[in-house]
Amino acid sequence: MDLDTLIQIGGSTIRLSTPLLLACLAGLFSERSGVIDIGLEGKMLIAAFFSAAFAFSTGSVWIGMLAGIAASMALSGLHGLASITFRGNQLISGVALNFLASGVTVLIAQVWFGQGGRTPSLMQGGRFEPITLPFAEALRGVPVLGPIYADMISGHSFLVYVALLAVPLTWWTLYRTRFGLRLRAVGEAPEAVDTAGVSVTGLRYSSLVITGVLCGLAGAYLATGLQAGFVREMSAGRGYIALAALIFAKWRPWYALFACLLFGFLQALSLRPDVVESVVSTTIPVQVMDALPYILTVVILAGFVGKAIPPRAGGEPYVKER
Amino acid sequence: MTFFAKTLGTVAALALSAGAALADPALIYDLGGKFDKSFNEAAFNGAEKFVADTGGSYRDIEIQSEAQREQALRRFAENGFNPIVTTGFAIASIMGEVAKDYPDTKFVNVDGWLPEVPENVLLINFQEHQGSYLVGMMAAMASESGKVGFIGGMDIPLIRHFGCGYAQGAKAVNPDIEIIANMTGTTPTAWNDPVKGSELANAQISQGADVIYAAAGGTGVGVLQTAADEGILSIGVDSNQNHLHPGKVLTSMLKRVDVAVYEAMKAGEGLETGKFMTLGLAEDGVGYALDDNNAPLVSDDMKMAVDAARQQIIDGGLNVVAYYDNDSCPVLDF
Repeated sequence: MDLDTLIQIGGSTIRLSTPLLLACLAGLFSERSGVIDIGLEGKMLIAAFFSAAFAFSTGSVWIGMLAGIAASMALSGLHGLASITFRGNQLISGVALNFLASGVTVLIAQVWFGQGGRTPSLMQGGRFEPITLPFAEALRGVPVLGPIYADMISGHSFLVYVALLAVPLTWWTLYRTRFGLRLRAVGEAPEAVDTAGVSVTGLRYSSLVITGVLCGLAGAYLATGLQAGFVREMSAGRGYIALAALIFAKWRPWYALFACLLFGFLQALSLRPDVVESVVSTTIPVQVMDALPYILTVVILAGFVGKAIPPRAGGEPYVKER
Repeated sequence: MTFFAKTLGTVAALALSAGAALADPALIYDLGGKFDKSFNEAAFNGAEKFVADTGGSYRDIEIQSEAQREQALRRFAENGFNPIVTTGFAIASIMGEVAKDYPDTKFVNVDGWLPEVPENVLLINFQEHQGSYLVGMMAAMASESGKVGFIGGMDIPLIRHFGCGYAQGAKAVNPDIEIIANMTGTTPTAWNDPVKGSELANAQISQGADVIYAAAGGTGVGVLQTAADEGILSIGVDSNQNHLHPGKVLTSMLKRVDVAVYEAMKAGEGLETGKFMTLGLAEDGVGYALDDNNAPLVSDDMKMAVDAARQQIIDGGLNVVAYYDNDSCPVLDF
């Protein structure tokens, strides 16, 4: 195994981790405020569709991205309406949104484009182009670090760097702002927040707005960053892996980054069975690699590697008075 | 089958045979849906051609779940549609059961297999390995690096069958060629994961592959996209996908489901049933696509070599080993 192979796997890891990371942080905001969100998958999917559809019709990837975020926020709002305002079951609402997104995207795509639930391929301008970071070419000559910087860190699309920056931003918001303190409190003890005169409903809705934006970015990245168009069910279970990563990360932003990078790395590794074979000198079935994120999550949940304690008020609709 | 349903069926059949003199054919698509740009869409195109050529009409349904298969078959049979054409291997076994209850209706399935074929059932199969062999030859001839890639969808014997024919074709041109084969996954999401398709293509490109054959449904869209972005060649599957990236798709392995559906509908009630029908190169059931989009990529040498091999396979001088023969491929490990 040489440096080029490592760089390829590293680049692949970053690309595959990005949608997981955005979705994972989205879930983090929502669950930290006490709203369990199993509908990350559906939000990503609907954002992927609308970003591709609008990027195609307007020729601008930015308008596409905004449309994706708007669609994802609409689903988020629906989830809020069902589970905060009407105090419905949050799991059921999330599952329903996943089904809704899966059906609605194909239906609208078929009516709009008539291409069997897809959008047409996006041309230049409708896609996020790779960004070359400053000094990437100049530093390429530096041994080891140069190529890693130029080929692995640089050369991804805009949203990859947004996702990476979202991690410190999330940390800062949660742990260094008044809003963050209240958000964490509302997920642990909403009655205390309510007693202090802060609106539980308002806090939960605003965290769902953030969830919507982040899922929208994840979907836009899938359809207009990684791909050039929408294909039905293209989120392919990434929302669920993000949920697993969230548990793995014990609902903390920096841990979320590492969990998503780890899961992305495992996915990238499963694409290179030849590398795995040469390292461990025996054939590991690809299925085992694919299942590893879930196995690791179960290990965490079983308490073998520390304990994952969810926000205490998660899944409970807040009832002010009976 | 219950007595009740049998009686119902008979009554319906009697009522219809009195009423309708000429029955329309019906078409049931597999779960991939009517417009999958590939397998099912080919069936739809065949049915549309039947309408255009004969002025006839047909009914079709896109099922949404496993449970609807039997329901759709019985509805069509009881409403007197004949023949009833279905696509995809998954419906074959239930079709075998239903067919026994409607002896006067003819049933056709594309891609399916049954241990015993009822009198009124026709099973149509394609020799995908022969078509894949030809595109494998073209891949090897177009490759400059001596490495070609194969990306399958869900890891099932049918997809290994594609890959195996491809590998044999590539090896026939260049015995030293390296074939990098990957499957997208083991669940049905593997048919609709273009993101993973892209990453697999990237991984294969970094290993040196410069022609990649995608037999992966919607996942293939990502493979073809990445290949076009990275400036290497790709090969499409089932329908002609050359137009997706003109000048970047070397060719497409055609599986003429449209011809099979067209012929079955045209034969109508006179269709010969109770057997397997295998469509290979000789029947033009499989082949490779050549059109304006890929004409500059296919040299005369390439075309001559491939056409010669095609003739040899038809004459029996060249035997492409099918993966099904002993559930393994002589030149490729999966």
